[in-house]
Amino acid sequence: MPSEDAAPPLDVDQILADPGVRIVVCCGAGGVGKTTTAAALALRAAERHGRRTVVLTIDPARRLAQSLGLTELDNTPRQVKGIDVESSGGQLHAMMLDMKRTFDDVVLQHTDPAKAAEIFANPFYQAMSSTFAGTQEYMAMEKLGQLHARGEWDLIVVDTPPSRSALDFLDAPARLSRFLDGRMLRLLLAPARSGGRSMFSFVTASFGMFSKVVQKVIGAQLLTDLSGFVAALDSMFGGFRQRAEQTYRILQARETAFLLVAAPEPDAVREAAYFAGRLRAERMPLAGLVLNRVHRPAVPDLSAADSLAAAERLAAAGGHEGTAEVLRAHAALAEQAAREEQVAARFTGEFPAVPAVSVTAQPADVHDVDGLRTIGEAISRR
Amino acid sequence: MAATEQPAESAGRWPARLHVVTGKGGTGKTSVAAALALGLAAGGRRTLLVEVEGRQGIAQLFGTDPLPYEERHLTDAPGGGEVRALAVDAEEALLEYLDMFYKLGAAGRALRKLGAIDFATTIAPGLRDVLLTGKVKEATTRTSGQRRAYDAVVLDAPPTGRIGRFLNVTAETARLAKVGPIKTQSEGVSALLRSPMTAVHVVTLLEEMPVQETVDAIAELTKLGFPVGRVIVNGARPPVPAGRPVTGAELKRGLAAAGLPTDARTVAGLAAEARDQQVRRELEDSLRGDLVELGLPLTELPLLPGGVDRAGLETLAETLVRAD
Repeated sequence: MPSEDAAPPLDVDQILADPGVRIVVCCGAGGVGKTTTAAALALRAAERHGRRTVVLTIDPARRLAQSLGLTELDNTPRQVKGIDVESSGGQLHAMMLDMKRTFDDVVLQHTDPAKAAEIFANPFYQAMSSTFAGTQEYMAMEKLGQLHARGEWDLIVVDTPPSRSALDFLDAPARLSRFLDGRMLRLLLAPARSGGRSMFSFVTASFGMFSKVVQKVIGAQLLTDLSGFVAALDSMFGGFRQRAEQTYRILQARETAFLLVAAPEPDAVREAAYFAGRLRAERMPLAGLVLNRVHRPAVPDLSAADSLAAAERLAAAGGHEGTAEVLRAHAALAEQAAREEQVAARFTGEFPAVPAVSVTAQPADVHDVDGLRTIGEAISRR
Repeated sequence: MAATEQPAESAGRWPARLHVVTGKGGTGKTSVAAALALGLAAGGRRTLLVEVEGRQGIAQLFGTDPLPYEERHLTDAPGGGEVRALAVDAEEALLEYLDMFYKLGAAGRALRKLGAIDFATTIAPGLRDVLLTGKVKEATTRTSGQRRAYDAVVLDAPPTGRIGRFLNVTAETARLAKVGPIKTQSEGVSALLRSPMTAVHVVTLLEEMPVQETVDAIAELTKLGFPVGRVIVNGARPPVPAGRPVTGAELKRGLAAAGLPTDARTVAGLAAEARDQQVRRELEDSLRGDLVELGLPLTELPLLPGGVDRAGLETLAETLVRAD
């Protein structure tokens, strides 16, 4: 029987309706339907529960984005039209994260325009703001903090970046702090702070060799750019770290609900289990597991073996080819369902107290509001 | 497969020496890369399977300990071949590189202690990619005596969303390094990646998003001048057989003939399953059509219901090297 029987059922409607819940974070491995789940939950919160909702998506499929009216990546929430909120009085806004623009905004907020212009022109800033591993995660956090601070919404639903690992989202701020606190950065800063000319002139002989190597490998111009970048960043360190810590505390607060999203595949379930362990360690509120793309036969009493045997009998007797085909397909479906349950049981075995809900696989992909509504119904199925 | 004919056979179908395997996350590109390395090693050849993202996907797939930054025997291939494996780590690659060109010694260790390498590869991700691809290039072109070290190198590359940037190392580093050894290094890598010695293969499923990303990635790779090899459909089911779907009445008669229950719930349930199946299959066929339109060689790998175990990998390997 469906694996969620082992775990307490997840009541998504209760979360979405709870005025005390102001942030829902959807996290999990790539390719498990995170974005769709986030959009479906946000739509349901607006339509069913009358909440003023904003969904922050990271990298939505083009057609899904279009269905939400997101034709451009402009980093501002836009109201989604054509949804059914007349009776509930809710609202749905949606936005796509523009990583570089969010980074630019952070810089602008923490420094004067002249210095900001200098930073924007630096090749290291350009490289870092668009490709720094973790920038997307950090900027998603930053944007979440901004939206939260504006206080315009009852509920913020966040889709997390399609990271190598779902944990990157949580680790990005700490990683950035570590980077900013690093000895290397201090070393590079020393001459800028003391007004010295040569960056490594103050160090020991063995370091003199290091300096030579660095000059040789990366070149003098590069060193100047780097030094300039680091010096410019220096003035913003405090702000960066403070904001990251603030967002981190919001994520630990009771107003936040983390939803793990997974598909019944070994990698996705393993990732969800890692994440659940991490949330527990960080004392962050894990609300439950949404298991997407679950296959469930419509006729559960007919076993795979019986179905296959019957198909064989029909084939041997001749005729009824259509029925034999249907029976073979049913057998494959029943087997798949059984395998998926085994995979899902690895999670529920490890985290028996985490509420879970299974969402049946849709025959076709979702890319309109009706489809999102259907998914929302399926997630809230009690 | 006969050991004697295998090398020639696969060489004709997989002419490149460096096979870069990408695909959307969740499409099984690591399994496909591993199967390709296994298939190309069959019949007494030697291949290297490389991963660059620190995910230890190869170790998980083969159930081994985490791979170090060192080329190691991974598995034997049918017919006396060998697959070796390597997990490239940017930090180790940088130290190795510096040591090779600058005889660093103790200074290299000092660099690491200071966090300089983490710093350098963090602040300039393009540098990280040059180091990773640089190592792949070195392994691909390495010779010992008169022989090449590897008959083929298979790279389990970053996913489709990042593949263009990952391979386009010259553009990324040119922004930072105008002269010097990094520039020279990235130009060498770029030349190999854009030569007929390289083929970039894209793995997909017959699902909408992966197919869309495949189409987008191929357009991007082509525009950047990287030779695209094959489109590989993973977990494929054969196309739907032509013919009309079975009616409720037919189904009821068929169930009766098979001695199964014919109550309304069973008949309606099975009919609904068949309908969903039909919708899914039609979507798959239409997506298959989109892939065919790309005009690239298309290889379909069968769905392995039980997941990818060793026997499954060999099935995939055989299907790959015999691909049309």
